[in-house]
Amino acid sequence: MTKYLKTADTEWYKQRVIRAMFCVAGAFFILLIRLFYLQVIQGEELRRLSENNCIRLQSTEPSRGMIFDRNGTLLVDNRPSFDVSIILKDAKPIKDTIDKLSKYINVSASELMSKIENNRTGSHYKPIPLKKDIGRDALAAVEVHKFDLPGVVIDVKSRRHYIERQRAAHLIGYLSEINSQELESGKYPECKGGDYIGKFGVEKIFESFLHGKRGGRQVEVNVMGQVVRIIKTVDAQPGHNIYLTIDNTLQKTAEMLLKDKAGAVAAMDPNTGHILALTSAPSFDQNIFVDGMSHKQWETLVSNPLRPLENKVIQGAYPPASTFKIITAMAGLEEGVVDEKTTFYCPGHYKYGNRVYRCWKRGGHGNVNVVKALAESCDVFFYQVGQKLGIDRLAMYAKACGLGSFTGIDLDHEEAGLVPTAAWKKRRTGIAWQGGETLSVAIGQGYNLATPMQMLVLTSAVANGGALYTPLVLESVNTAEGSVVIQSKRRLAGRLPAGKQPFRIIKKGLREVVNSSKGTGRIAHIDGLSVSGKTGTAQVVGRSKDPKWSDKNLPDHLKAHAWFVAYAPSENPQIAVTVVVEHGEHGSSSAGPIAREIIRTYLKKDELQP
Amino acid sequence: MIDRRFVKYFDWGLLGLTVFIACLGLIALYSAVISTTVAPQKTLYFKQLIWYSVGIIVMVLSFLINYKSLDRWAPIIYIACMLLLISVLIFGKHVGGARRWLILGPVSIQPSELAKIAVIISLTRYFSRRADTGGLTLRELLTPFMLTVIPFILIVKQPDLGTAMLIVLIAGSVTVFVKIERRSLLFLVTACTVAGPLVWFFLKGYQKRRILTFLNPDRDPLGAGYHIIQSKIAIGSGMIAGKGFLEGTQNALSFLPEQHTDFIFSVLAEEWGLMGSLLVLCLFLSLIIWGLNIAYRCREPFGTILAVGVTAMIFWHVFINVGMTMGLMPIVGVTLPFISYGGSSVITTMICIGLLLNISMRRFLYEQ
Repeated sequence: MTKYLKTADTEWYKQRVIRAMFCVAGAFFILLIRLFYLQVIQGEELRRLSENNCIRLQSTEPSRGMIFDRNGTLLVDNRPSFDVSIILKDAKPIKDTIDKLSKYINVSASELMSKIENNRTGSHYKPIPLKKDIGRDALAAVEVHKFDLPGVVIDVKSRRHYIERQRAAHLIGYLSEINSQELESGKYPECKGGDYIGKFGVEKIFESFLHGKRGGRQVEVNVMGQVVRIIKTVDAQPGHNIYLTIDNTLQKTAEMLLKDKAGAVAAMDPNTGHILALTSAPSFDQNIFVDGMSHKQWETLVSNPLRPLENKVIQGAYPPASTFKIITAMAGLEEGVVDEKTTFYCPGHYKYGNRVYRCWKRGGHGNVNVVKALAESCDVFFYQVGQKLGIDRLAMYAKACGLGSFTGIDLDHEEAGLVPTAAWKKRRTGIAWQGGETLSVAIGQGYNLATPMQMLVLTSAVANGGALYTPLVLESVNTAEGSVVIQSKRRLAGRLPAGKQPFRIIKKGLREVVNSSKGTGRIAHIDGLSVSGKTGTAQVVGRSKDPKWSDKNLPDHLKAHAWFVAYAPSENPQIAVTVVVEHGEHGSSSAGPIAREIIRTYLKKDELQP
Repeated sequence: MIDRRFVKYFDWGLLGLTVFIACLGLIALYSAVISTTVAPQKTLYFKQLIWYSVGIIVMVLSFLINYKSLDRWAPIIYIACMLLLISVLIFGKHVGGARRWLILGPVSIQPSELAKIAVIISLTRYFSRRADTGGLTLRELLTPFMLTVIPFILIVKQPDLGTAMLIVLIAGSVTVFVKIERRSLLFLVTACTVAGPLVWFFLKGYQKRRILTFLNPDRDPLGAGYHIIQSKIAIGSGMIAGKGFLEGTQNALSFLPEQHTDFIFSVLAEEWGLMGSLLVLCLFLSLIIWGLNIAYRCREPFGTILAVGVTAMIFWHVFINVGMTMGLMPIVGVTLPFISYGGSSVITTMICIGLLLNISMRRFLYEQ
């Protein structure tokens, strides 16, 4: 039909508007009925419920997930803590109540009053926390005198408990009370003031798994504030349990070995990237973060020059020293500037330009090939390899080996270290790269910086034939009932830039380090087991720069850092280890024995449980 | 200069009704903010007075311009609002996990409120040209659908489900008002019944839970469910006479969430009882009927549809907000016009009243 016949005219619109009016009237009728129902029919009952504000909400905290090692040994759990709080509405007379309470829990009445004053802004029905974790004796006293203490409420809360003091403190991290910035950030929508959240380490990174979900219940209370009826309950959901990749026995050994030293020890399964142990020393007691520490305790922690709060495995960037020779050798062999048979003569020094570069061994190593150069850590050999490669080619290999970038471990504050290039120096200092600096870099000194974790990943890659794995600390995440939520899988981050032949040669060299009679790492030798490794001694002051210090009379803080990287068994590696002892001087003497004991502990245990 | 008929036809009744409701609103708000123990809330009352003064200016502006010129401006208004909605997603301020506010110097605005009016105006422009007694066909519905769905998605992204649903309800009301062709309507209804379960099937678990909780607050007894109970207790405990001004206990003890915005009706019903709440509801009903009456008396389609759209917006706000506080509706952040605290709410409501005055006043222009 033709459309104009259907043109909507004013009359038609008027009809539509009238219909709309009826719809509106209908809708309002519903509202009126409901209003009448609530205010007249249910009015009495609802008025009664409103008199004392009978319906209250109580929240129940979820219990935080526990943390285990790879074998299921419990590392972190929760213990009950008895917290006292007061509900002002019910606590009358307040003065009396506070006086009595202060006697039982050993806190002065004035302190309690000031806590109440600070919380006046909130509702009278909200409990004001007075003292946390009062201990069982005080609890008994308060419970016995319950009827003299109106409005005083005891909450049983679960509190984080780190079973062994300092055990894997830098890996596990700690909990602490949420601060106002974190509350406002919106990252913790489930949390309210006074909650504890992970602030460091695994506790922080895996917060979302560990935390669980708050529950609560709607209750009806009487005039005294006592619950007379539970209306609805929502159970709290416990957090997931976390299994770490570390081995508690090995971790304990590592911590013992680093006792009274400053430094880092880390061990990895070279075939998967699983971290078996991760220690940074000195360490700290995580429990004091949860239980609340005094100002003095905090001062001691932050002012300690040995930086106990720093995780030196990933945050400590040190010159890699002679452990870097693995990379120089790899680059030299792969690029063809040297081969297995190439020999250089080491008279104990090497002249470059108008400067003389010394070998660590004054008397020289004589004729050295690459295997011997690695075994005896001949500087002169690697000076020449480095010189032939040039800084940029060397840097390219170092980067391909994972230096200068994050390993990607699931922990905070990782340092990337530094791989210097000519362009980097020009940009940074404005001065062109000097040929002599290449020589320093080739033996791991100079601008080079690497973290123990980077060297561990590199050592593992050499051990397993070239695969660079992302270090993993998480083995699995399980629900409280035990079903697996996440099972971690190894993550390949890259491959070392070398073929089979260079690997064979390097591995031979590393084996000689520990097993040849002149190897620098003989101290790490274990009877009946073939260990491979590399020592390193990272100078804090240039060897020749400051003649007034001879090696003997150096003050402690200028002594060199000792490195040792190792893997074992040489043929079928099961474990890779990196050790750094700050100011431990020689890699062989202070770091070597630690690496040896770690390997021994781990592999011996494996024999016992095949 | 000024046509004397402007004065003669000025809708004093509507203005009076508005002033009356606004005054009641200010009294209720005073009670809601004054008795809370947290200090800064009290300044909200003075802020609201400032918003009202701004609102009056905006209202005067929106009835001075000839509403017919909105027909021409509709596309520009619409696009500007969409740009605001996009920029709120990018630059917006995070408040309680959602980006709804755009900070412009000293004031922060909620573009989603303005989007409602933009959608009404652009739909009016479209429908006023297409409407016929046979109803709209599916093809004709495509444009209105797009006009609605774009702001809907942008607002859902913020996320502000309440306002997004409100836009759909308003657009739906206007569309139904201008009539959908019977076959098309049949098709739409069937399509929805089929598509609903399909969409449900594709939703993720947490999305399903969120929707279920939205529809049934009792599923969340510690959050929405608790608020509903407290709100019902507040309203019911008012009984017939109410507890008296400033005597409400539920409100005073901050048991009610958002008592000065979304749950202000509970405060009002608790203190003023059935008599007071009945008065407020009747005033709102008169206002809405008055708005529809303006549509009734307007003699050209643009004005009629615009009046219906604007009235529909006020209606849905009142219906959803009051229904929510009484436990009839899901809990959504929908304000009660004139009464809830909030600059954006006051200003949009005042724009609506301004437009209604506008249409009412200019009806003589189209008299035969």
